[in-house]
Formats: sequence, C-alpha cells, structure tokens
Amino acid sequence: MLETWEEVTFAGYILEPGNAESYKTGDWRSRQKPVINQEKCTFCLLCWIYCPDGAIIRKEGEVEIDYYHCKGCGICAYECPSGAIRMRSEMEGE
Amino acid sequence: MMARKVLALNGDEAAAYAVKQCKPDVIAAYPITPQTIIVERLSDFVADGELDAEFIAVESEHSAMSACIGASAMGARAYTATASQGLALMYEMLFVASSFRLPIVMSVANRALNSPLNIWNDMSDTMGARDCGWIQIYNENSQEVYDFTIQAFRIAEDHRVLLPVMVCHDGFVVSHSTEGVEVLSDGEVDSFLPPRDPVYPLDVEKPVTIGCVGVPEYYPEIKYQQEVATKKSIETIKEILREFNESFGRSYGIVEEYRTDGAEVALLTIGSISGTAKEAVDEMRAEGKPVGLLKLRLFRPFPIEALRKSLSGLKVVGVVDRHISFGSCMGGALNMEVRAALYEMKDRPHVMGFPTGLGGRDIRVEHFLKIIDELLMIAEQDALEEEYKVVGCRGPGCIGP
Repeated sequence: MLETWEEVTFAGYILEPGNAESYKTGDWRSRQKPVINQEKCTFCLLCWIYCPDGAIIRKEGEVEIDYYHCKGCGICAYECPSGAIRMRSEMEGE
Repeated sequence: MMARKVLALNGDEAAAYAVKQCKPDVIAAYPITPQTIIVERLSDFVADGELDAEFIAVESEHSAMSACIGASAMGARAYTATASQGLALMYEMLFVASSFRLPIVMSVANRALNSPLNIWNDMSDTMGARDCGWIQIYNENSQEVYDFTIQAFRIAEDHRVLLPVMVCHDGFVVSHSTEGVEVLSDGEVDSFLPPRDPVYPLDVEKPVTIGCVGVPEYYPEIKYQQEVATKKSIETIKEILREFNESFGRSYGIVEEYRTDGAEVALLTIGSISGTAKEAVDEMRAEGKPVGLLKLRLFRPFPIEALRKSLSGLKVVGVVDRHISFGSCMGGALNMEVRAALYEMKDRPHVMGFPTGLGGRDIRVEHFLKIIDELLMIAEQDALEEEYKVVGCRGPGCIGP
C-alpha cells in the first residue's frame, strides 16, 4: 500500500540515501528481456560494462541478469560479441 | 521601558535595517534594475562589517532565487529582494522554494509589469505570483515593513510552517518615502528571532535527497501535504503576530478593521492605499455615512474565517485591487477571492471590485469618495449592476482620474 499524504516524507524528501536500488524498474521493462546462453558466454564482461542500469550481475566466472532492475533495452544483446545474449519476448517464458 | 530609537527610513531602508538585525547568512540578489534600495543598503552593511553575511551578486533573479534555495537547503538563513520583472523572472524557482519547504524571506517592492514599460507601483507582480506557494504579507507603511520583515523570518522558520515568505510593500509610495520608524534594539530582535534550526539540512554525514522525481503515484500526496501546511500556517502566523504585538507594543492583525462599528458599507484594501482610503472613510463618517474599512494584511494563506467574520453584517463591500487579472470574471484577484470566500455565507454582502492605481496612477481621497458613493448606492438599491469598475482611468466604463 502506498503512503497517504500524512505518511509520505516531509515535502517528498528522500531521507534514506541510495534507496534507488529498491525501486523496481524491471516492472516497466519493454516486452522483451535478455536471456544468457552460458555455454556461449566467454565472460568478456562487455555486457556488464555497457548495461546502463547496472542490471548485469558479475559472478564467479559468469554473468547473470538482474530482472528486478533490467528495463529490456537490449544493449547487452547488441554488444555481446559471441551471441550469448538473445532478446526474447516476455511471453515466451524462461 | 526605555524609549525606542526612531529612525528616518523609507520602506526599502526599513526592510534592509530589519534584515540586518535578523542576521541572514546568505543574501543573493540581482543588483540592478528592477532592484530597489534594499540590497544596496544590505551590501553596504556587509561591506562595512556591520553584517556578517555572504552577499552574492548574481546575474539574474532566477539565479538569485536559485542561490537562496541552495543556501536555505544547507540550513542557512537566506534572503533576497526584488520587484516587478525581477519577480517574474524568478517565477520557476518560486515554486521550487515553496515545494522544498525552505524558509526563505523575500522583500518585494510592488511594481507594475511591462508593457508599456512602467516602473511605478501596482501589484501585478506579486498578485501574479499568488499561486506559487509563498506566504504573502502586504504592508501599508515603513513601520509595518520593518515589523513584518522581522516576523517573516520567525514565521517562515517555525517548524509548523516551513514556507517561504514574501514581504510586500508598494513601490515608491512606500519603498522611496521616508517616514519615522520605531526600531527594536538588536537584543529585542535576537530574543524574538532565535537562530534558524533547520529540519533536514544538506549534510554529508546525514544525506538527504531534495527535489527528486515525484511520479504520479506520489505527486498528489506531496502537494496536498504542502497545501495542508500552507492552510494551517495561518494559526501559527496569528500566534507569532500576537507575541510580537505583546512584546513590542504593536496592535497588528491579519485583517484589520477601521471604523467598522455600525458600518453598512466598507472598503476592503491592501497595501499603502489603505491610508488614503481611511481619510475618505473619515470624511464620510464626518457626514454621518455608515462607512468602514478593512485592511487585508495576509493574502496567502487567505484568511477566510477572519474575513467572513469581519464582513458579516455589512450590506456592501468594495474590494480595492491593485492590478487587473485579465479576462477574469472579477477584475482583480482580491475581488475574486473575497467573493469566493463569501459565497456560502448566509446574508452575504454585495461585493464590487475596484481595480485601482494601475502602473502608479495617483489615487486620491476623492477617488475613494466616488467609490464609497457607489457602494452606498448599491446598498440603497440592494442590487449590483457590475462586478467591477476600474478606478483612475479615462474613458467610458471607468471612474476617471
């Protein structure tokens, strides 16, 4: 439930720094999402560098998509030199 | 009590003297036309070491307000002054200041807006800025300018208010007219106005974000919160006014009544023109006519309850605006507001508007006598033919100069 006018912070100030992280930008993703084929991925990290939303999570030897924040812009898929990232319709499922 | 000092000050100097005693941390102002003497005096005070403030001479009024917003967000006591076109250029930032709930104080010497080019007095500037979320106080003379500049800081910074305040006085008629002003001692001002206690100052140790995006899911709640704060501020303003009156022997109100006992018709005025209108009321009273006057000090927030109380029982009210709200139904904003405020009142008086003294046109006692004649006629006929009539203008449909 969203806050009432009595509950919102004073003049809409944000009193907790860095809370943009909890803002779910993934819920207004365009109707496609990037999916990684881990077998093709060479861990070159170009997707991690190019993602404008920091929605590529770098893990031990592999990358993962953070769908909570990913807006589906497709830049990672465009930049991936080994064709490991493909944009797929949201309708298709995982 | 020791007699207080009386200084010969014009309205601008009275504002500057009061601001000096209120010890602002930052003064940001555009230094040339349409600026008035206020910041000239303040820059003297700073240069002479009488006032320890950061004086920022900015390149425009938009920047002046922006600098005040930044300073105030840091927790500083910030002040600026402007007039006419200068206020118009600030317009965008006025909303930002009030929406951030920053207690900035600004003096405005009321002047007409171009075109034709005119630097003289009317209230086109601040009346046009009436929906910017600022508290607006209108003053009749230098003494009031002095007293209400000090109160403005106290009102703005009160934690129950936290809104910017415009302290208005008429250009030239007040801003450049020298009068005796009884000033308080520095100690008295200090005791009335403690240093600012900011609520959420910008601080790297305790970061806050001010002015973030307000998506449609949040914007209305944030704006309604501001509206409630603005409306509620009237109670705090009254309380502070009472304290000022009691501490320093003044008798101000948010709506002031003059010879309203037994009055059937009344003028409702704002600003310096009230003095001239009171003369006319005295003349009419001497002839036995049942005439009184109400002076509105506070325009934002609009003192609905006080006004309804003061106007109840009257047959006719003549509202004297100092500008034209072009194409509106009632001539000027004050008339619109007064009529709207009275609409749901039983036995409400007839209300007629008189936009007066545009662009510095001199309005004298005889003009007010003509207005009062009109009001008495309406009272007799118990009917209003026109919603408003411009006073001090040649040609048909107007009350001539």
